[in-house]
Amino acid sequence: MRASLFITCYNDTLFPETGRAVVTLLERLGVEVEFRPAQTCCGQMHANTGFRGEAFSLAKQFVRLYADAKAVVIPSSSCVAMIRDQYPALIDELGNQDLRRDFDALLPRVHEFSEFVVDVLQVENVGAYFPHRVTYHASCHGLRALELGDRPFRLLKNVEGLDLAPLDHLDRCCGFGGTFSVKNAEVSSAMMTAKLQDVLATRAEFCTALDNSCLMHLGGAMHREFAAMRTIHMAQILASTREHPAEVL
Amino acid sequence: MIHPVLDPKLAPPFPKAALPVLRNPQLRKNVAHATDVITSKRGRLVAEKDDWQALRDAASALRAHVLENLGTYLEQFEERCTAAGGVVHWAADAAEAREIILNILRDENASEVIKIKTMTSAEIQLNPFLAQNGIEPHETDLAEIILQLGKDEPSHIVVPALHVNRSQVRDIFARTMHLPDLSDNPQELTAAARTYLRKKFLTVPTAISGANFLIAETGGVSVVESEGNGRMCLTLPRTMITLAGIEKVIPRYRDLEIMLQVLARSATGERMNPYTSLWTGVTKGDGPQRFHVVLLDNGRSDILQRERERQTLKCIRCAACMNACPVYRQTGGHAYGSVYPGPIGAILTPQLMKMEYAQSLPYASSLCGACYEVCPVKINIPEVLIDLRAKVTDQERNEERRFFDPLYLGMRMANKVFASAGRFQAAQRMMRIGLKPLTGKDGWIRSLPAYGARWTMTRDLRGVPQQSFREWWTSRANGKAKP
Ligand code: SF4
Repeated sequence: MRASLFITCYNDTLFPETGRAVVTLLERLGVEVEFRPAQTCCGQMHANTGFRGEAFSLAKQFVRLYADAKAVVIPSSSCVAMIRDQYPALIDELGNQDLRRDFDALLPRVHEFSEFVVDVLQVENVGAYFPHRVTYHASCHGLRALELGDRPFRLLKNVEGLDLAPLDHLDRCCGFGGTFSVKNAEVSSAMMTAKLQDVLATRAEFCTALDNSCLMHLGGAMHREFAAMRTIHMAQILASTREHPAEVL
Repeated sequence: MIHPVLDPKLAPPFPKAALPVLRNPQLRKNVAHATDVITSKRGRLVAEKDDWQALRDAASALRAHVLENLGTYLEQFEERCTAAGGVVHWAADAAEAREIILNILRDENASEVIKIKTMTSAEIQLNPFLAQNGIEPHETDLAEIILQLGKDEPSHIVVPALHVNRSQVRDIFARTMHLPDLSDNPQELTAAARTYLRKKFLTVPTAISGANFLIAETGGVSVVESEGNGRMCLTLPRTMITLAGIEKVIPRYRDLEIMLQVLARSATGERMNPYTSLWTGVTKGDGPQRFHVVLLDNGRSDILQRERERQTLKCIRCAACMNACPVYRQTGGHAYGSVYPGPIGAILTPQLMKMEYAQSLPYASSLCGACYEVCPVKINIPEVLIDLRAKVTDQERNEERRFFDPLYLGMRMANKVFASAGRFQAAQRMMRIGLKPLTGKDGWIRSLPAYGARWTMTRDLRGVPQQSFREWWTSRANGKAKP
C-alpha cells in the first residue's frame, strides 16, 4: 500500500511532530508513505473567511497535485471536511468540468487519518503503548462533517496502558473556528472557557483530537491557565510504543 | 442592562453587541440554563421517534417543494382565502405592510389592537409605527407582555423572554400593573397577567396575529402556541389581521401532519404543542367577521432567486438551531441586533437587508455545524454562512479602506504564499525568525502584537518549532540516501 501524506500548512509549520508520528505509524503498519513537497494549504482559511477566489486557486492546486495519488492521508479533520464539503461548490462555480471530473475521481482516495487506519487499512489495534489518562475531544468537523463516529474510540481503546476518560458535552465546539477566534475573540474565549471546564474536569493527563486546530486552542488556554493537562494529536498516541514513546512537549 | 437595539440598520456589529452579555454572568447563566433545559427535552423527544430522520427528510422536501412553486401556492391561497370571505393584501416591503395595516385599523376606528405571535410584525417594526399613529398595540403572549411592559426586546424566537428571570418578571409586573405586593410565585404572576389580559380580550375588538402556516388548499391559516392567549385573540375580536411572510405557505391541509410533528418536538421538546388554531375566512355569527391577510415579501423573493441561499426560507422558526448553537448560548439573542437571532438570524437578517446591513452576522459562527444537525427542515446553515461571507468579502474588497485592513492584507498575502511551495517554505522560516523574540524560554508566546493580540487576550500560543515537517522529511530522505 502506498499513500501520500497531505500534512496541511498548519501541521507542517506548527505541529511537525504530528506529521512525524503519522509517518512512523503508517510505516509500522506497512504503508509506503510519500510526501509531495509542492503541497501547501487546502484553502480552508480562505473559504471560511469569504475569500472564495483564493480558496478556489488552492483547491485547484490540490486536485492537480494529487490527481495520480493512490491514497491521500490527512491528519486534520477540518481540512478533509473542506475538501469534501466545499470543493465541489467552489469548482462548479469557478472551475470547469475537467477539473470537476478529476476531483470526483480523486475524492474517494482522500482520507482523514483515522478513517484511513480503520477503513482502508482495517486496523483497530495499531500496537501502541501510551500509559496515561487521556480524554478525547471530538472536533466539530470530525464529529459532524466527517461523521467519524466511534472510530477514534475504537483506536484509543486498543492502546495498551491508556485510560480513556469520558468527556461531557462531547458535541460542543471549543470556539476556535479559524478566523472566528480573532474576529469574535471575546465570544470565542467564552466558548473556550466552557469547553475547558469540561476537559479539565476529566482529570486526564492529555486531551487528544484528530485536529490540531482545536488542540492549539485548548492547549493555548491550558498553558495560559497553568493547567497540568497537555494536548496531543491522536496520531502521536497511536505512534507511541514502549521502545519509542511519544515526543511529549 | 443596556436597552438592546433590534434594528439591523442601527445595531452595532455582533462582536461589539455581544460584549454587554459576555460581561453579565447572571444573564449568561439564564441563557445557558434555559437552552440546556430545552435541548435536553428536545433530545429525549426526538430519540423516542424511530422515524425522526425520515420525518425530517419529508419536512425538508415539503418546504423545498413549496419554495420551488411558491407563486402557484400563493395564488391558490389568495383565491381560496378570498372565496372563504378573507381579504388578501400583498406588501412588497415593510413600509407598505405598515401602511396596509394602519389603513385597515383606521377603517375600523381602532385606537388599540391586541397582538399574538407576531414576530413578523417585529420585523417590520409595527409597534412603534402604530404608537406614532395613535394606535396602542398590546402584546398578549405572556413573554411578549413581560418584554413590552419592561421596555425590553425579544431574545429568542420561541421563548422571547428567555433572558429574563422570575424575580425580574415580578418587578416589571409590580411596577407596571400597580401591584406592589406581588410575589414571584409563578401562580401569582400568571394570575396577574391573566387579569391584565382579560380586560384587553374583552374590550379590544381588533387583533393582529402572525401565522405559522398558510394552507394553500383551503386558504386557511394556522397558529400554534402554548398558552391559549392566542386562541382568545383569534376568536374574540370583530376584526382579525394576519401578517405573514410569503414563505409560510404549505400546499395541503394534510401537510400539517408532518409540520406540526417536527415543529413541536424541535421547538419546545413536546409531542404536540398545547394549542393549534386553524381558521379559514369568516363564518357568520362565529369568530371575527372581518378577516385580512397581509402577505409580506420584504426581501424574500430576492432570497428565492439565489440557488444556495434559497433554503433559508424553508425555516419554520422552531429555534432548535439557536438552542444548539454554542455562540448563541454565550451571547443570547440581543447581540444579533435583529428580531431573528441565532444561526437562522445570522443568515436570514443580512439577506432580508439585501446584504447592506448586519454583515457581521455571517461571521458570528464557528461553523461547528450543530445548527444544521438539529434543523428539522435540514437547512445547511454553515453552507449559507460561508456563502454570505463570500458576498460580504466581494462587496468589501474593492473599498479603498480595506486595502490596508490587516485581514484583507493577510488573506491576500497568504494566498500568494500558498501558491508556491518555495514561497511557503520561505514564509515558514520568516515566521520562525520573526516570532523568536516574542517566544519565551518555555517555547510559548504570551503576547502577540496588532491583530494577533486578539488571540493572546486569553490564550497562549506555542512558538514555531525549529524544524518544519517538510524540513524533517528532506533531512530524513537525505539521511536515508547516505550509505
Ligand atoms: S433554521 Fe431550522 S432549526 Fe433554525 S429555526 Fe429555522 S427551522 Fe428551526
